[in-house]
Amino acid sequence: MTPAPSSSPLPLLVFEDVAKSFTLHLRGGAVLPVIAGATLAVHPGECVVLGGASGAGKSSLLKMAYGNYRCAAGAIRVRDGDRSVDLATAAPREILGLRRTTLAYVSQFLRVIPRVGARAVVEAAGIEGGLAPAAARTRAADLLARLNLPKRLWALPPATFSGGEQQRVNIARGLIADRPILLMDEPTASLDAQNRAVVVDLIAEKRAAGTAILGIFHDADVRQAVATRIVDVSAFHGALAA
Amino acid sequence: MEPLLSVAGLTKRYGGRLACDGIGFTLDPGEVLAVVGESGSGKSTLLSLIAGEVAADAGSVAYRMRDGATRDLDTLSLVERRALMRTDWGFVRQDATQGLRMAVSAGGNVGERLMGVGDRHYGRIRATALDWLARVEIAADRIDDPPTRFSGGMRQRLQIARNLVTAPRLVLMDEPTSGLDVSVQARLLDMIRGLVAELGLAVIIVTHDLAVARLLSHRVLVMRAGRVIETGLTDQVLDDPQAAYTQLLVSSVLAA
Repeated sequence: MTPAPSSSPLPLLVFEDVAKSFTLHLRGGAVLPVIAGATLAVHPGECVVLGGASGAGKSSLLKMAYGNYRCAAGAIRVRDGDRSVDLATAAPREILGLRRTTLAYVSQFLRVIPRVGARAVVEAAGIEGGLAPAAARTRAADLLARLNLPKRLWALPPATFSGGEQQRVNIARGLIADRPILLMDEPTASLDAQNRAVVVDLIAEKRAAGTAILGIFHDADVRQAVATRIVDVSAFHGALAA
Repeated sequence: MEPLLSVAGLTKRYGGRLACDGIGFTLDPGEVLAVVGESGSGKSTLLSLIAGEVAADAGSVAYRMRDGATRDLDTLSLVERRALMRTDWGFVRQDATQGLRMAVSAGGNVGERLMGVGDRHYGRIRATALDWLARVEIAADRIDDPPTRFSGGMRQRLQIARNLVTAPRLVLMDEPTSGLDVSVQARLLDMIRGLVAELGLAVIIVTHDLAVARLLSHRVLVMRAGRVIETGLTDQVLDDPQAAYTQLLVSSVLAA
């Protein structure tokens, strides 16, 4: 495992006693508890990896940290410059603002935008994340090259790409801007060994730049290479009703 | 920051039926709000109420004018109101024949709004019309054709050009992509997405298509039987719906 950073300034992302459950109204209102009492902090330069069996609620935690899922209880505090915003109570506009400036998210799959080429998809994410257009253009090219996406694909919309190619576009899109918090849900799942190694390097660079990373990595080698700490999510099931 | 548009308590009754029941929300500059729901949910009535095409039984619509003053639209004179609709607002309709002048050329459809804001220079109007036709991917040699000779997708693109040529800050869209072939829809959606981001438009888009809401909108309002059932960040409402009706709506969609 990678050594944790020596100095520990304020955490960028904090879960405080977070709970998540789904009320299934179409199933007679059955309540499906997922997580309870989740408490966890991610500091700059850390890469905290969520562990635990499939269905343990790892993805739910990440989605809550991106404001994509709501919290049933607790607070998720995101440091945004000098202030701290609780995602559990933040207004939609605030969450959108945090996604522009502070929160990056690499999902398992690329949600394809029709007709937009791969490089343009990555570039647009850079501009949205605050890069100047010229810098976004250069960085998009650098990232796609490092991730070994054949240059002949750059101008094409990723809709027809293979799973691994789409995922590399997705990673480039998630990493291009310098947001302080990076959430990663199985970014290496459909990649070959060579590209997994590239992603491991990219994560190390983000950490060195002070990014706080929270992620899910099923591949044991990748997990060992990137994690500064592994948190077993099943520890957050103790408070769940049986 | 003061919102661009503030809607409060909008209510409309048709006979005994409530088409809109106390609808309220605010919209910021550059923000895209999707109003989703099934036929008869009141979502199109809501758009007509906001546009002032249908008189509300109760409630108000306030808009921050270009001079910075927020005005209740009820207090505008008819002339002021029409001027607002022709310049600072756009309205893209599901049925292009209602949003275009079908007997007038494509160039004339775009130019008419420019003339409405006082431009009288024929060459300049034609040049601007050509520029906008190009932006919505209509070939220059179609400028003198009337929209009756256009396909459904082209008509919608022409409507968009006609509406955006005066640089409006708020655009209302009523099911702009429904009734089109899927490939035509994708092209139109992508064009709308690009223009909205580039021009920083505030948009209220009424759609029954959740994929359209996801692609274009920041926030979503779920309506049923004239009421707002659920509202919030678009991806949150679609991925983690709280209300029983929203869960039904989301689960009824075939995943592509």
